[in-house]
Amino acid sequence: MKGYLCLQDGQTFEGKASAHWKQPIQGEIVFFTGMTGYQEVLTDPSYKDQIVVFTYPLIGNYGVNEQDDESDEIQVSGVIMFHCADKASHYAATSSLKDYLEKQEVPFLTGIDTRQVTKAIRKGGSHQAVLSSQHVNTIAPAKTGQMQKVQGRQVETYGSGKMHIVLIDFGWKKSILNALLSYDAKVTVVPFTKIKELEGTDFDAVVLSNGPGNPKDAESYLPQLKSITDRYPTFGICMGHQVISLAYGAETEKLPFGHRGANHPVKDIKTGKVFISSQNHNYVVKASSLADTPLSTRFYNVNDDTVEGIVHDQKPIMTAQFHPEAHPGPSDAEWLFDDFFTLIQSKKEEGVYV
Amino acid sequence: MSKKILVIGSGPIIIGQAAEFDYSGTQGCLALREEGHQVILVNPNPATIMTDHAIADQVYCEPLTLESVTAIVKQEKPDALLAGLGGQTALNLAVELEGAGVLEQYGVELLGTSVASIQQGEDRELFRTLMDKLDQPVPESEVIKNVEEAITFVQKVGYPVISRPAYTLGGRGGGIAHNEEQLVELMENGLKASPIQQVIMEKSIAGFKEIEYEIMRDQNGTCISVCNMENVDPVGVHTGDSIVVAPSQTLTDSEYQMLRTASFEIVSALEVIGGCNVQLALNPYSKQYYVIEVNPRVSRSSALASKATGYPIAKMATKLALGYSLDQLINPLTGHTYASFEPALDYVVVKFPRWPFDKFPEADRLLGTKMKATGEVMAIDRTLEAAFQKAIQCLDTKAPVIRNVEDHLKEATDLRFFAIMEAFRQGHSQEWVHEQTKVDYFFLQAIHQIIDIENALEVEGLSQATVHRAKWFGFSDQQIALYAGVKEETVKQYRTEQNIHSSFKMVDTCAAEFEAETNYVYRTFAGANEIEPLTANKKALIIGSGPIRIGQGVEFDYSAVKAIESLKLLGWTTIMLNNNPETVSTDYETADRLYFEPITKEVIEDIVTQESVDLVFTSFGGQTAINMAEELEQARLPIAGVSFDVLDALEDRDRFYAALDELGIPHVSGQTCASEEEALRVADQYEYPLLCRPSYVIGGQGMVKVQNKQELMQALSKMEQRHFPVILDPFVIGNEVEVDLVGDGKHVYIPGLMEHIEPAGVHSGDSMSIFPATLPESIEAHVRTYSQKIVEHFGYKGIMNIQFLWKDEHVYVLEVNPRASRTVPIISKVSTQSLVDLAIRVVADGLDLEHVTIPEIEQVAVKYPLFSSHALPELDHTLGANMKSTGEGMCIGKTVGEAMAKVFSHLPNLLEKPETAFVEIDTDVEGSTLPFDKWVQTKDASVYVNDKKTAEAKRRRIQALKYGMTVFSEPTTFQAYVESIPYAKALPVTLPKTIMQGVQSQ
Repeated sequence: MKGYLCLQDGQTFEGKASAHWKQPIQGEIVFFTGMTGYQEVLTDPSYKDQIVVFTYPLIGNYGVNEQDDESDEIQVSGVIMFHCADKASHYAATSSLKDYLEKQEVPFLTGIDTRQVTKAIRKGGSHQAVLSSQHVNTIAPAKTGQMQKVQGRQVETYGSGKMHIVLIDFGWKKSILNALLSYDAKVTVVPFTKIKELEGTDFDAVVLSNGPGNPKDAESYLPQLKSITDRYPTFGICMGHQVISLAYGAETEKLPFGHRGANHPVKDIKTGKVFISSQNHNYVVKASSLADTPLSTRFYNVNDDTVEGIVHDQKPIMTAQFHPEAHPGPSDAEWLFDDFFTLIQSKKEEGVYV
Repeated sequence: MSKKILVIGSGPIIIGQAAEFDYSGTQGCLALREEGHQVILVNPNPATIMTDHAIADQVYCEPLTLESVTAIVKQEKPDALLAGLGGQTALNLAVELEGAGVLEQYGVELLGTSVASIQQGEDRELFRTLMDKLDQPVPESEVIKNVEEAITFVQKVGYPVISRPAYTLGGRGGGIAHNEEQLVELMENGLKASPIQQVIMEKSIAGFKEIEYEIMRDQNGTCISVCNMENVDPVGVHTGDSIVVAPSQTLTDSEYQMLRTASFEIVSALEVIGGCNVQLALNPYSKQYYVIEVNPRVSRSSALASKATGYPIAKMATKLALGYSLDQLINPLTGHTYASFEPALDYVVVKFPRWPFDKFPEADRLLGTKMKATGEVMAIDRTLEAAFQKAIQCLDTKAPVIRNVEDHLKEATDLRFFAIMEAFRQGHSQEWVHEQTKVDYFFLQAIHQIIDIENALEVEGLSQATVHRAKWFGFSDQQIALYAGVKEETVKQYRTEQNIHSSFKMVDTCAAEFEAETNYVYRTFAGANEIEPLTANKKALIIGSGPIRIGQGVEFDYSAVKAIESLKLLGWTTIMLNNNPETVSTDYETADRLYFEPITKEVIEDIVTQESVDLVFTSFGGQTAINMAEELEQARLPIAGVSFDVLDALEDRDRFYAALDELGIPHVSGQTCASEEEALRVADQYEYPLLCRPSYVIGGQGMVKVQNKQELMQALSKMEQRHFPVILDPFVIGNEVEVDLVGDGKHVYIPGLMEHIEPAGVHSGDSMSIFPATLPESIEAHVRTYSQKIVEHFGYKGIMNIQFLWKDEHVYVLEVNPRASRTVPIISKVSTQSLVDLAIRVVADGLDLEHVTIPEIEQVAVKYPLFSSHALPELDHTLGANMKSTGEGMCIGKTVGEAMAKVFSHLPNLLEKPETAFVEIDTDVEGSTLPFDKWVQTKDASVYVNDKKTAEAKRRRIQALKYGMTVFSEPTTFQAYVESIPYAKALPVTLPKTIMQGVQSQ
């Protein structure tokens, strides 16, 4: 069956439609340039409501397995591929990608010239797009509030390690939890709208998770968040980084078409070193807006100079716009977790929090 | 500050060290010059672009020995040395120079990776210690110094075991042993091959996935992975002999990242500055992996990775060696992002090796740990199937006939891929093939899909859906025609009617994420055309020569690149078509646009249409390119130079001999025979021996000297139908001389003659030769006159090679090659006038050669062949009509003796040390007096001389070769060596500077 990808600017691409097309699906269309890691992308809550284009032409080669999910279900609302393997070829595969998408009723198109779509996104900026069985001319305004949708329902606790970390949930990835647990930590995951429930809980540090959409969707919770980050060693990742920046007075803005992939070079001002990072974000912290805040840039993107991470001038707060927890992508920035736990340790030894 | 930097090249092309080092070396030298440094190059390979003055300030074609390079250091006093561009040869020399204290004595700084790091990467034991320290797993192994230790090791781990001699290239002297007999032989050869008499013996992990990473690291410690690659052939086949895909296809992200992280850790621990290749093996059923080896330098794989991604590794590695960091360097493909990022591919790349077995039917075709391929091709497309198919089309070989599929599956031969296809045609299942080969199902599915389409075409003929699918998956029109049972033209016409046409897409390193300025293009049927034609008045398409193979080496890449250079100077916009990832011509910075595609009429026609090409050049890509001329002319494409009719008149024996008779030029009185029967009939008119040569072959393939009718019958029965007509020539014993000339239709430009050391009958590619020749005046005069007459008679415009035979006072024409030949780079470099440049000016700019002055040649060059006997030790490399050498070297001197002495400088002085040689020819020179079998085991044994045709002679020659000795099978070659001995210790000489702009057009 034929299916169509209709972009906001009127461009249409024809491909082969998957079996489940109940009704047209609309979402923001974004492209991911990594050559592996489709399963992690599909299940990453940061992709909520988005239609993802994979630029690598052969997707699904190794199927899907039980280890690589970043959440309990597929988060994207649609998938665009040049080619999707019918069969999985991997010892750990439990299903082919096609079956996996069909089973969760996520619509996808194959046989699309994904390079042309990518160029359209690059040139026209971030688009709304519709997946449909026919040409669609009317496109509704973009949805907002994805964060509220993907955050968990309740407070949950994982592990039983010595260090107690609170993970504030804007749509967390399992890899962040796993990274924290590997440091002998107990992790309490708290939806960002339920921070109040933390009252009376004793913990050592806080991590603000990744999440989808616009950081300003969390605007009304900023004072509450700040009251915590003011008091505990803090690590913000991706959305967490953006929210912290907003809380301390910086501004965010939308990139023309975001950063999504496994090959983004980031420079560390502190060490002068460059490393390759995994990224997935539409919004960035405006560098100029940091001037009158207690925040300074620590990391920046080598290609477009955008802010990739900040530190607080007095408080033990550090952030990364990229994904040190990797999955998908390189774990070259894994050492940030080491730094974070060292920071917690040293603050603990000081015995007082600022 | 400008520095004087000595660069060591990799020397002549041998199996395991081929054109990739011309590409890397050229890029590196250009990068040094871009930074304002002066480049002093030592590389005795005349066929390369690297040894051209456009690339280096001073060029030494001198031996790559400690003694010779020390003399150059003494003479030039360079500030620094760059050794990471010249493969294992250069790296070993750098280690030797450091060891001998030469670098310290002359204050030469070694750029890039330190000697200590090189040793840690290359020395098996040091490497293993480092891996243990890093907690990186390596296969169970031991450093072995004698046979007894090997046997003890095997008792511990069991067979099969793999032996890898230390400090060798292309797995030289290595291999796999399944039993004690094999083990003992492997050890003897391996210990001899290793310069430090060490092999590492390891437990075989055959069947694992083989994965490679190409890593860059700068002095700040930043690491990036340019590319990873996956071998279609699991561990057990040398990576140079494996079919390779990029990026990896069957690894999950976490596996991909796990191996990438391991590679970074190793490269960081080695403190590499520049490029480094890491090879790993991954268990196909778990996350268990092993580190196989690292190469702390640019390599064949790095050249492939550069072409596969567009990321110029050698250029960037050179800049890193100069002290830059990755984030200071711009990515030249996008023009505005930085080198500190990892390319994202949005296409699939397949590398396919090119083996020499078409030339050596008697060679052992089994593949193992020792590389046997002479070259490789690369193909790009959006589907794996298409990339596989295009790679096969690039090979420029006939589809092989597989008699018994099982002969090629379990133990891989060069034909395994074709055997898998055949197995599917015969109805075998993927499970069965996987069982035999351990090739991943992902790849088998793709191969199966190709066969499904073949079947569909056979059943349905031409239908919209099937033709569309076939093109999407890389079928050529020719293939579709074959399976659908129609003519190729019919397929094309059908496609036009059905609107199934090709598109062109860009290689941009970033999967379209950023705007790119690249001119690197591939053709596909899957997707839209995104390539705008170049805007230019005059566009030239240069057809390349494809993979490096015996008879068609890097010298043809030299010609193509020089042609581009000259055309650019004349204001033309240049477009290159080639598919060899190892070469300079496929550097996207060489021509104004690069099409990386099979060299076929279908592709060329599409490019000409897409770009509105004004002239197609077929004379600078060896026999591959010139063979296209007829088809292209029939398709009414604009061919540069002379028409196909002239080419045919020169190559068709009957027409050519008729013309020579008319001109009164003597030739051997051969005859063309259309069939086997005719050949046998014709043969009766002559006296044996006869020279029997097939048509349309490269490097004298299948050409034989036959002594009697029986031998002729045998030769003819082996001949394929497409190689008819065959030519029978009476075999005249004499000397050979050849000229490379440029004609303008009327006048002829001959810079000098080249004389062969070996008698006629030895293929010109395998003979040693002297330029300029020292011939009797009358002979030289005849050669010049005959050449002039031929050019004038045919109104020949362009470049041409003519081979002559002379005996006493007589000169005969042997054959004409109406294209740039193997010797063009040598003659151009030594005579200081680029012949390709003149030819281009004649053809594209109407240059009149009458007033072009011929430069004085002040030096003498000796060209010598190199036989890759280390890779094919079972072969007897006697010289004959069929070319066997894989590359050539050149040394320069003030006299023939000096140049010759340099060629043989690696050999002992056998006048002083007769025990080093064993001489079994008719000569005054004395060698060892021991019996052969005793002598061959002595430590000093290094030169063996025997020209007999007996089985015993063959056995001895092969044994000597296996032990790494020099074998002479022609008395004249040996004589040249003996006569050169008194001239040893001549000083290094630079290549004279080339004139590029000096010629005035009239």
